[in-house]
Amino acid sequence: METQHIEVDILVVGGGTAGPLAAIKAKQKAPHLRVLLLDKANVKRAGAIAEGMDSVNNAVIPGYATPEQYVKEITIANDGIVNQASINAYATRSFDMIKELDGWGVKFEKDETGDYAVKKVHHLGSYVLPMPEGYNVKKVLFKQIRKVGVEVSNRLTTTRLLVGEDGRIAGAMALESRTGDFVVIRAKAVVLCTGAAGRLGLPSSGYLFGTYENPTNAGDGYSMAYHAGAELSGLECFQINPLIKDYNGPACAYVTGPFGGYTVNAKGERFIRSDYWSGQMMLEFWRELEGGNGPVFLKLDHLADETVTKIEDVLHVTERPTRGIFHEGRGVDYRHDLVEMHISEIGLCGGHSASGVWVDENARTTVPGLYAAGDLCNVAHNYMLGAMVFGKIAGEDAVDFIEGKEHALVDQEQIENERERIFAPLAREDGISPTQIEYKLRRMVNDYLQPPKVTAKMEIGLKRFAEIRADLDHMKARNPHELMRAMEVHAILDCAELAAKASLYRTESRWGLYHYRTDFEGRNDAEWFNFVEIRKGADGQPELFKRPVPPYIYPIDKSELYGYDAMRIESEELAA
Amino acid sequence: MSTTIEQDFKVSIIVDHDKCIADKGCRICIDVCPTDILIHDAGDGKIKMAYDECWYCLPCAHDCPTKAIKVEIPYLLR
Ligand SMILES: Cc1cc2nc3c(=O)[nH]c(=O)nc-3n(C[C@H](O)[C@H](O)[C@H](O)COP(=O)(O)OP(=O)(O)OC[C@H]3O[C@@H](n4cnc5c(N)ncnc54)[C@H](O)[C@@H]3O)c2cc1C
Ligand code: SF4
Ligand code: SF4
Repeated sequence: METQHIEVDILVVGGGTAGPLAAIKAKQKAPHLRVLLLDKANVKRAGAIAEGMDSVNNAVIPGYATPEQYVKEITIANDGIVNQASINAYATRSFDMIKELDGWGVKFEKDETGDYAVKKVHHLGSYVLPMPEGYNVKKVLFKQIRKVGVEVSNRLTTTRLLVGEDGRIAGAMALESRTGDFVVIRAKAVVLCTGAAGRLGLPSSGYLFGTYENPTNAGDGYSMAYHAGAELSGLECFQINPLIKDYNGPACAYVTGPFGGYTVNAKGERFIRSDYWSGQMMLEFWRELEGGNGPVFLKLDHLADETVTKIEDVLHVTERPTRGIFHEGRGVDYRHDLVEMHISEIGLCGGHSASGVWVDENARTTVPGLYAAGDLCNVAHNYMLGAMVFGKIAGEDAVDFIEGKEHALVDQEQIENERERIFAPLAREDGISPTQIEYKLRRMVNDYLQPPKVTAKMEIGLKRFAEIRADLDHMKARNPHELMRAMEVHAILDCAELAAKASLYRTESRWGLYHYRTDFEGRNDAEWFNFVEIRKGADGQPELFKRPVPPYIYPIDKSELYGYDAMRIESEELAA
Repeated sequence: MSTTIEQDFKVSIIVDHDKCIADKGCRICIDVCPTDILIHDAGDGKIKMAYDECWYCLPCAHDCPTKAIKVEIPYLLR
């Protein structure tokens, strides 16, 4: 167990989706700079897109949608609480990114005339671009990483950021999860792309790694940004998804919808207007289950055999390709069986909902030189392409930021404290395993934070979390692999506490099921039409405050703003 | 590690040791696994699933040059 020292110009943490773009774009803009891309896993197969993706969920393609339409759709989908400038920064670069990926070799669906074949899945506009041969996305990105000369380092679990004496970012510290080396990386700018907090709630299967998100994304980035003093935003706007029961992966509505698949209740009736994932849709899903109309299913058995084959060729090949193995094990065939769906455990994710590190339209966090992109940042509903675009924005802006700057000075104590924190579980003679603590913590998250949110429950949850925090001093790891898990438990606990505090702070309900508070039914725009922010206060405790929603670039009439409320199909419509 | 590792849970990664060429130095599956749960057991020379932390995601199987890996759905989810 040695200490390694690395010095680079720009450090990109997380080589999933946003990270590769940040690194490639920084290196393309300034080939003379040292750009290091590191990952807890292996960049070649890391992140949400390790096995490709089956569609672009939010393509803004001329002829189908304008940036204005898209920004309005997401504003409405997110109940008005967005920074339109950030959504617009994505929307105006969306098409260029698709063309660039196309040029690199990513395959998107096109019609007979060679135009992109965009489908309507959202409530209002058309933004879904299928990728039936999307399994090669990661390979394509990796080729570009090699081509432009980005340095890559794998199996490094970053645990804390280094902050300079002048408050500027100074680098990061990491654990090599095989050798147990401690790695100190000095950098002039850091781009955090560590994905969602995907190991927050416990999947109902009880399997710790049976998560929707790639389980490498344990929430480390949220914790690191918080401890570096950055502002986190919307942590009360949980990520909750409609998934294949037990398998806990998407079905996926964006693939089957355009082919004619849809969601039904136990009576075989449709009850939601749009399968696009939103808190409002999830609320109707939950009501259906709670109201005795469940289980809820994905229905494909009415489709023609060749249509089902086409669907299987996507769902069983790309993104989560073990879907086919799972169905086979249960004897489920889309041709004559419904697919049982359920509501996932909670997570934090900017890319699916809106909970993340606060960034502006330049991907800048509130710490100078620190950027965030992808699921980790709070740009609502940004998904895969948004992760790439924000990665690009961050990488390019970081090049400008470091111009003429030296590495920030850091005091040695920061480094020593972190070394001590990381290696404590290894040094202990005996104690509680990281797995046991993680299981208990995530079970408590389910018990006390899964919506509907109840004040008294969340308060008890905070007490349990505090007790678990004391247990961290007794955590025992037997090797570097377990030590990585131990560090993840620290991050998961931070996320759980911050999510509970943000949820208690916003005394209204918003975003459908994502922030449904039974003691505060309904929205309260007079008091809560703003972001809820959280950062580490001077006393080391979380500090909560409101951040106003910046004036809209594209004004939306109040009568349209809550258009996603009309998600339920009324019975008269069904009869008609 | 010099001793053979016993697996004390139902593994979901099944390696066909007749096909596997770990003895020729191949470690691809170990390299690509995001959760880093596969190991080469120095005791018996076999590739094994060392931790019950599988995302049933498939890179190990897809990148294996001899197609020696079969991924099953972890028992709790089946
Ligand atoms: C199952 C699934 C299906 C999806 N389907 C679609 C779809 O069809 N269309 C669409 O547009 N979007 C889809 N999405 C969303 C989209 O994939 C994500 O929004 C996007 O890929 C997020 O990119 P990211 O870079 O933020 O995270 P990721 O790509 O997950 O990358 C995060 C990386 O950070 C690394 N990391 C984490 N912690 C650390 C640490 N401490 N130190 C070092 N590295 C670390 C991880 O190993 C990982 O490689 C889907 C997501 C999932 C999970
Ligand atoms: S399926 Fe995925 S997580 Fe499981 S061993 Fe293979 S690569 Fe690793
Ligand atoms: S990739 Fe295949 S051949 Fe190579 S070590 Fe793994 S199982 Fe054996």
